[in-house]
Amino acid sequence: MNLARRDIQHNIGRFVLTTVGLGLLLMVTMGMGGIYRGLVQEATSLVDKMDADFWVVQKNTRGPFAEISRVPVNLEDRVLTVPGVMTSNAFVSHTIQREHRGKPLRITVQGLAWPQDKGSWLPLVSGRSLAQAHYEMIADESLKLHLGEKIKFGKDVYTVVGLTRAMTSPAGDGMAFFTLQDSQAIQFDIPAEAVRLERSARYARAQKMDVGRTSPQTIKRALGSSSQIPALAMPSVSAVVVKVKPGFNPDYVQSVISKWPDVSVYSSQTQRQFLVGGIVARSRRQLGLFRILLIIVSAIIMSLILYTLTIDKLHDIAMLKLIGARNSVILNLIMQQALLLGVLGYAVAYIIGQWVFPLFPRRVVLVPIDLWVLGLIVVAVSIISSMLGIYKALTIEPNEVLA
Amino acid sequence: MNRNSVSSNSLEAESLTKRYGSGHTEVVAVGNVSLNVAKGEIVALLGPSGAGKSTLLTLLGLIRPPDTGRIVIDGKIVFENNRAKVNVRRFRREKLGFVFQKANLIPFLTAFENVRLAMDINDQPAKVSRKRSKELLEYLGVAERAQHLPCKLSGGEQQRVAVARALANSPSLILADEPTAALDSVRGRQVMELFRKVAHEQHAGIIVVTHDHRALDVFDRTIEMEDGKLKR
Repeated sequence: MNLARRDIQHNIGRFVLTTVGLGLLLMVTMGMGGIYRGLVQEATSLVDKMDADFWVVQKNTRGPFAEISRVPVNLEDRVLTVPGVMTSNAFVSHTIQREHRGKPLRITVQGLAWPQDKGSWLPLVSGRSLAQAHYEMIADESLKLHLGEKIKFGKDVYTVVGLTRAMTSPAGDGMAFFTLQDSQAIQFDIPAEAVRLERSARYARAQKMDVGRTSPQTIKRALGSSSQIPALAMPSVSAVVVKVKPGFNPDYVQSVISKWPDVSVYSSQTQRQFLVGGIVARSRRQLGLFRILLIIVSAIIMSLILYTLTIDKLHDIAMLKLIGARNSVILNLIMQQALLLGVLGYAVAYIIGQWVFPLFPRRVVLVPIDLWVLGLIVVAVSIISSMLGIYKALTIEPNEVLA
Repeated sequence: MNRNSVSSNSLEAESLTKRYGSGHTEVVAVGNVSLNVAKGEIVALLGPSGAGKSTLLTLLGLIRPPDTGRIVIDGKIVFENNRAKVNVRRFRREKLGFVFQKANLIPFLTAFENVRLAMDINDQPAKVSRKRSKELLEYLGVAERAQHLPCKLSGGEQQRVAVARALANSPSLILADEPTAALDSVRGRQVMELFRKVAHEQHAGIIVVTHDHRALDVFDRTIEMEDGKLKR
């Protein structure tokens, strides 16, 4: 006869409520681990998916994700001249916030080096990769844009031609992929009035200088498009992404580029470390500490629950002792209930979590190792938590029945 | 007395003493009490409140050790002064049965399970414990209530189940502490007569602490306690 089971059956309502309560607490603990994993996955998803050998960025920066990096667009041509380089693509990344359907829409804009890079490496869940040089975009499904939907950025309208899954920036904003030119047009979009004002200011500056007074052509150009003025730089890109030819020594390519005085070059592994060690590190420590606190709180609450359950049965336990029950009978009664409470609470946490976590705004990733570790912690906490109740039960005198 | 031979007595208690407190606050709860109960004998233990009846019962029930004296149950020395000579808890489950003023049934077990539990914790095979539980509940007239939880039983029914539980392991000695105090006179007498039946048919020695003088004719013998001592 299993006393623990019979006691639970007798007080099924209370046990179910207690289990659900504990399950919700464990779900939060489980979710903390999942949020941390999600942060890492969000931070590194693009670097992992692009599978580049090197990232060439502005000198002495840890760009383009951990900090801003700006390199000239023609850097990709320079990199391509290095022996062993198979592809060299300009990469643009910046975050914009626009109003869409009356709600703020944050998008991390990624520029793909069309036509070499059409985004065929992206994890598409529907639609296709880019097929034309302008006005197409591939959006992450977290942006809640639909296939075929048209959305205006700056002066142009872009059509969503593909949807990706789990492509988010380290800040958790959904990514959208455009051709490099389009992404720069979005980034450097300036209203017409601002352009006119800049041209007027440029004209006024030129008039005050010798070069303007002596060179009428320069004055004339100052009123025109900035792209027609060779002294003004082309819009820069965030980085250049490099792939090395198969069989070629990547260290050689890296050593050549790293000698250039205007850029730094990092492997994808180093780029990953920047992201995890920099952007995610503090959040990880914070979540880790919060998780430890939650485990302690769970342990205390479990101890109190089990202690209360034991206190409620002290008279019956004293009776069991009086009629000669071994300590193991009493220990089993408490321990089995503790373990059942812990295991069922964990199951409730997992089941509710599966339903609730996808509703979270940031990704919550449950990985088997985390689930196993938390499961073992719950079992350990269940055993430790029951000790207080067991101590109380084992020290009660059988003559308490006579009281 | 041959310590290992089969004794005709369920209980032999010699010169039992139990004191509480020390110095000026010392109280002799049981003082030099000697008592024998034969197998199949039912004895009423009478006395006013504070006479030491319940303390004597805790000594005989191996719940507390005596300070001095000797307790022999079913021919086996259990306590010699304050030293246990056996595994007390094991001895309790094998040789003793208890019935109290309240039935003290385990509330989450049915009447049948309450009886069976006593045999389960005494390592009786499940088949045996099921059969005997059923027989005992029939014997005590509560078979039809076997699958009910204690809260669904009347006071008298609960007490019968408690008696069945006390009898489960065929004990040599049954100790009952005011078992009819919570019952009306009719049901109280029924329970007392039940004890008599059990004593005579199961050959167990029974000591019943009672204040109910109306049912004294049921007992083979009555002994009275006052100020921790037996009155002669």
